[in-house]
Amino acid sequence: MSAIFPKWTNQLPVKVIIGAVVTGSVVTVGAWYYLTPKYARVGYQPVQPVPFSHAVHAGQLGIDCRYCHNGVERSWYANIPASSKCMNCHNQVLKNDPRLELVRESAQSGQPIPWVQIHRVPDFVYFNHAVHVDRGISCVECHGRVDQMDEVYQVKPLSMTFCLNCHRHPEKHLRPLDKITDLAWKPASPAAQEAFGRKAMKEWKVQSLQTCSTCHR
Amino acid sequence: MAASAETTLDLVEAPIRVPQPPAELERTPLVANGRSFGWLSNRVASLIENKAPGWWWVLFSISLLGLGLLIFCMSYQISTGVGVWGDMRPAMWGWGIVNFVWWIGIGHAGTLISAILFLLRQRWRTAINRAAEAMTIFAVMCAGIYPLIHVGRVWYDWWLFPIPNANSIWPQFRSPLMWDVFAVSTYFTVSVLFWYMGLIPDLAVMRDRSKTKARQFLYGLFALGWTGSNRAWSNYEKAYLLLAGLSTPLVLSVHSTVSLDFSVSQVSGWHTTIFPPYFVAGAIFSGFGMVLTLVIPLRSIFKLQDIITIKHIETMCKVTLATGSMVGYAYMMEFFICWYSGDPNEAFHFSNRALGPYQWAWIPMILCNVLIPQLFWFKKLRRNLVLVFIVSILVNVGMWCERFVIIVVSLTREFLPSSWHYFRPTWVDIGTYAGTFGLFFTCFLLFIRFLPMIAVSEIKGVTPQADPHNPLGGAKVPQFVHEEH
Repeated sequence: MSAIFPKWTNQLPVKVIIGAVVTGSVVTVGAWYYLTPKYARVGYQPVQPVPFSHAVHAGQLGIDCRYCHNGVERSWYANIPASSKCMNCHNQVLKNDPRLELVRESAQSGQPIPWVQIHRVPDFVYFNHAVHVDRGISCVECHGRVDQMDEVYQVKPLSMTFCLNCHRHPEKHLRPLDKITDLAWKPASPAAQEAFGRKAMKEWKVQSLQTCSTCHR
Repeated sequence: MAASAETTLDLVEAPIRVPQPPAELERTPLVANGRSFGWLSNRVASLIENKAPGWWWVLFSISLLGLGLLIFCMSYQISTGVGVWGDMRPAMWGWGIVNFVWWIGIGHAGTLISAILFLLRQRWRTAINRAAEAMTIFAVMCAGIYPLIHVGRVWYDWWLFPIPNANSIWPQFRSPLMWDVFAVSTYFTVSVLFWYMGLIPDLAVMRDRSKTKARQFLYGLFALGWTGSNRAWSNYEKAYLLLAGLSTPLVLSVHSTVSLDFSVSQVSGWHTTIFPPYFVAGAIFSGFGMVLTLVIPLRSIFKLQDIITIKHIETMCKVTLATGSMVGYAYMMEFFICWYSGDPNEAFHFSNRALGPYQWAWIPMILCNVLIPQLFWFKKLRRNLVLVFIVSILVNVGMWCERFVIIVVSLTREFLPSSWHYFRPTWVDIGTYAGTFGLFFTCFLLFIRFLPMIAVSEIKGVTPQADPHNPLGGAKVPQFVHEEH
């Protein structure tokens, strides 16, 4: 056989096996890290047509989320306000600021500002804002500390794992209804959260819905 | 005491006379015409070493065309969607599943022959096990295509397997479809291992006989450095036994699991407990049909009549007869239970099978699976190769009809009569099915061209020379030593 295979090939099988194991592990770990929404989606921050700062409006000025996104308690959709809503204040505040040029123009013409959507779930996912917000799930759970962001970016992966983590254990995320838009709110202790969560689940009839058709209708 | 001592003395004094066994008890040797070890090696190896005959090229070209058709139909289906198949509500399972079950059934003979017959010490299996195992592997490949492409979005096929994913979900472990994935993939893996392991000594033979560098390299690579030492043989035999033990339950479990795809559901005509054994019998039946279809022409063309003797053909006919009759019994039992249970849905369903719009499939099913194999009760007919060849093809025609009857008749006549419709396959259905034959025969023709289609090392073990009790066999003691003692 040595006539067919030179001596160095004796070590070849071991080398091939080690190579395959290493390559396989690198590919697996790489895909796990780089191809999942945790990496692929988090941090998405597109350039918006108007450099609107949530940190100023929601943070410094303390405007409630629902002042602008006023449909969120009644609709599946957390609406983007019309430019006329901006003008409620900005017809007096910074009324000639060049940064607000597009807003004034839009309010006059009625043509909406082409905001770029950041938080998206796929078309085959049904997500209802109202049912979450009205049953003790805060904005911060999915959108993070928007009140500290100058320009909004995605903080949470919004993957199926992300949804299911909460759907499997709602008690860890429920909070008093008057704290929904208080993004800085923290429970007193994990035990207090657990106790409140269990009570809220019972009283508000919050179910741990995990069937396919909950989201994929 | 004294009497027995006397007997012993008598025995010692009188010359021992062992009468020859009566002629009718004499077993026909498994290798005819007293062929020698050298002849066996040369004959099997010559099939590979000689130039490919003309008919091989003709068949291979046709098979390649078929393979091309398969690739075309699959590409069309994958790029367009499963709607190009004839599946239509309520029959969402059509030819795809019919052909899946049909091919996987054919795949059952290989493991039965290689594993169960090995454990049962059926030594005749050695003549056909290599080809039958190859047939199994190629048939399972053809079968495996269907589940993979019928999901439509083939790039999600990995969802069939329980792989941790970014969705935090697992496949439904309570679904028989999930069990099917495990059953078929295990079956394929074990079959390939078994087949390959059996090939190793023969690959070494081919390596040692090879004249060209390329052949030496390739056969040498796959022979894994086989030396034929005692230690190697002892390990080989142990591994072979272990793999045979591993495969044996698979022969029964795989088609049982396939049958659960149906019987776990509530559909009338499917929801019966007889399905697992009935499917296994049907699978072995169709598998032996296919082995006969392949082996009968091969033994004549390759002049292997001394290795695959008429006795082998006859034995396979008997297995076909037995399993075909089991299938017939299952058909009868289905009708009996349908009457005995008094379930109106079942009653409608079974009368609809026999008398409804798909009668054209039911009649050949009964004819080919139950009635025609009864011809094999007659020795004369079992030895008529032309007849056996035709029947072996009819067996698989019948088994295809059976799967069609079970799947399509039940689905197109479901509980809601407003949904009833008549199933029609599209050209893509037909093309994909024809294409799987292309894949099967491409693989099989390559197999008989490049690998020893008879297990040379095993067939030598069943010759009279290998039997130490045979006058021709055993280690020969040199004559002069014998005389000195």
